[in-house]
Amino acid sequence: MKTFLLTLSVAAFAASGALADEIRVLNWQGYGTDQDFAVEPFEKATGHKVVHEYFNSEQEMLTKLRTNPGAYDVVLINSIYTQQAVSEGLIAPVDTSKIENFAGISEKFATDPQLTSDGEVYGVPWVWGLTSFAVNNNSVSEVPDSLEILWDPEYSGRVAIRDDAVEAMHFGALATGQDINDIKDVDAVKEKLSSLMPNLRTFWSSENDWNQYMAAGELDVATYWSGSAARSIAFGLPITFLVPKEGAIGWLDGLSVPATSEHKDAALQFIDWMIDPEFYTVWDAAGAPASANTAAAAALPDDAFNKTVLGNPDLADRIQFMAPVSDETRESYLEIWQGLKAAQ
Amino acid sequence: MAELTNASDRRRLVALLSPAYLWLLVAVFLPLSAMLFFSFLTDLPQDTPDWGFTLGNYARFLSNPTYGTLLWKSVTLGLTVTLACILIGYPCALVLARTIKGRARETLFLLVILPFWSNSLVRIFSWAIVLRGNGVLERFLELFVPFDLRLNLMFTTTAVVIGLVHSYLPYVILTSYLALQAIDDDIIEAARSMGASRLTILRRLLLPLSMPGLMAGAVLVFVPVVGSFMEPRILGGRVGTYYGTVIEDQFVAVYNWPLGAALSFILLAVVLLILALASPILRKANT
Repeated sequence: MKTFLLTLSVAAFAASGALADEIRVLNWQGYGTDQDFAVEPFEKATGHKVVHEYFNSEQEMLTKLRTNPGAYDVVLINSIYTQQAVSEGLIAPVDTSKIENFAGISEKFATDPQLTSDGEVYGVPWVWGLTSFAVNNNSVSEVPDSLEILWDPEYSGRVAIRDDAVEAMHFGALATGQDINDIKDVDAVKEKLSSLMPNLRTFWSSENDWNQYMAAGELDVATYWSGSAARSIAFGLPITFLVPKEGAIGWLDGLSVPATSEHKDAALQFIDWMIDPEFYTVWDAAGAPASANTAAAAALPDDAFNKTVLGNPDLADRIQFMAPVSDETRESYLEIWQGLKAAQ
Repeated sequence: MAELTNASDRRRLVALLSPAYLWLLVAVFLPLSAMLFFSFLTDLPQDTPDWGFTLGNYARFLSNPTYGTLLWKSVTLGLTVTLACILIGYPCALVLARTIKGRARETLFLLVILPFWSNSLVRIFSWAIVLRGNGVLERFLELFVPFDLRLNLMFTTTAVVIGLVHSYLPYVILTSYLALQAIDDDIIEAARSMGASRLTILRRLLLPLSMPGLMAGAVLVFVPVVGSFMEPRILGGRVGTYYGTVIEDQFVAVYNWPLGAALSFILLAVVLLILALASPILRKANT
């Protein structure tokens, strides 16, 4: 920690001639960047001040970037939306040579086609996670390796998925061995989901819902998010989060610098700190998603969820990262999903 | 009102009524017209510059059988809940208005309207805690039965009906109570002196005389229940998809306001149609 912060402060002196900047970060509230252990050490080491602004939806984030030029220096953009931001000229390419920790980011993330454009990096891979499923250890004795457990008649009426049309279709695609971003055989997915419906007990809509149903013993098997699973396990719920052989749905959040930012060097310093192993180990202890920085993941204690479950090396091939979903697709999925639900 | 020829009287009438009409204009007419306008659009003007007018949103109701099925499901739910509210609420109101007097009546009345003072979401979540597996209800019943009990009430249509009946029951009790209380005691005395049995008094006097109140209560329950979405979503689980939840999805999940608005107006039209068909009965009840 000390050595990193020392280099940071030296770099800060060299870069800005000891001028302290105020950088403005646009992110979800409570999502890593605005926590005390993120801001305070950074401010102390560099002299820069960090100010936060929040958004409640990706659309709001894009609108804020469009309407407030120059107001932000670092922005969190989910990889699905990065290309849209690039095409609208909202964000600038990142000079990765100024980010020391960029070397630790795995090749797969660093060259992710959604975060890069024309060979330039527009989003620094920050954290990622999975949508897969978890089982209740009290009632499922043998840990399954297949998604088919959701369809298993043994757990009939003890299964739940999230009430979300796109996510449901993605799970149907995984179960029928298709690309989630390019579902060729929609009818097969529809049929697969239709046979899942009688097995379901309910739909969950929030992490809190999920925890309550599991704690009350209402559910044996349910789809879940990796970050939430880590928190539920830390909270004491007897569950196991699994990545089945059919694969899982992945998402990736990147940090970008708006094209109109006036403090680009300070912004890059902050991004560098955000992917630093020193920072990540502290954040992970407080409940963080998986870091895109391999070095940061390696620095975790051996029993950490993000190391044991998501750090598994053969996992990478099974993850299908989500691509942008067009409005037409979203609506057609919703229509299918509503039809399936209405038939109950 | 035709007698109001005096100019100062008329001025006073306008002055007294204008706040109410202004309120109706701002709170009811304007938002509804905006929604009606949205329902004929291809896209929202603030999102897409090249929006236009279309009837497509209404056509989708006809082309996709899902919406019709769900609307029928919601109307059935509305009828079930209304019937249950009448069966439970009317006897309650009868006892409150005709049997209990004094302090006890005030206390019971307070207990009836007490649930109204709590947030509806809180009420529904309390029901979820009571009904769910290993929940309050099952634990309580297990005190009396020796075997392991599984009611499986949560996430069923029964759970949705229970939650909705509890939410809307006070309407029926309040309106019926007011109608029953207004009935002159002398009429009942007269009937009794002529040798009418209790059942005859109920059937020939109390029920017809309180019918306007009962019907008003039934309408107050039926209309919001047909469009309900929060209660089915929380208590219904897998079977909790209704017409109201589909409308909610259009507004919240896919931001298709035009379709959501069109579906809402179809619901409004169907409810008005049902009330129009029932109006001969309602009018008869009023005379």
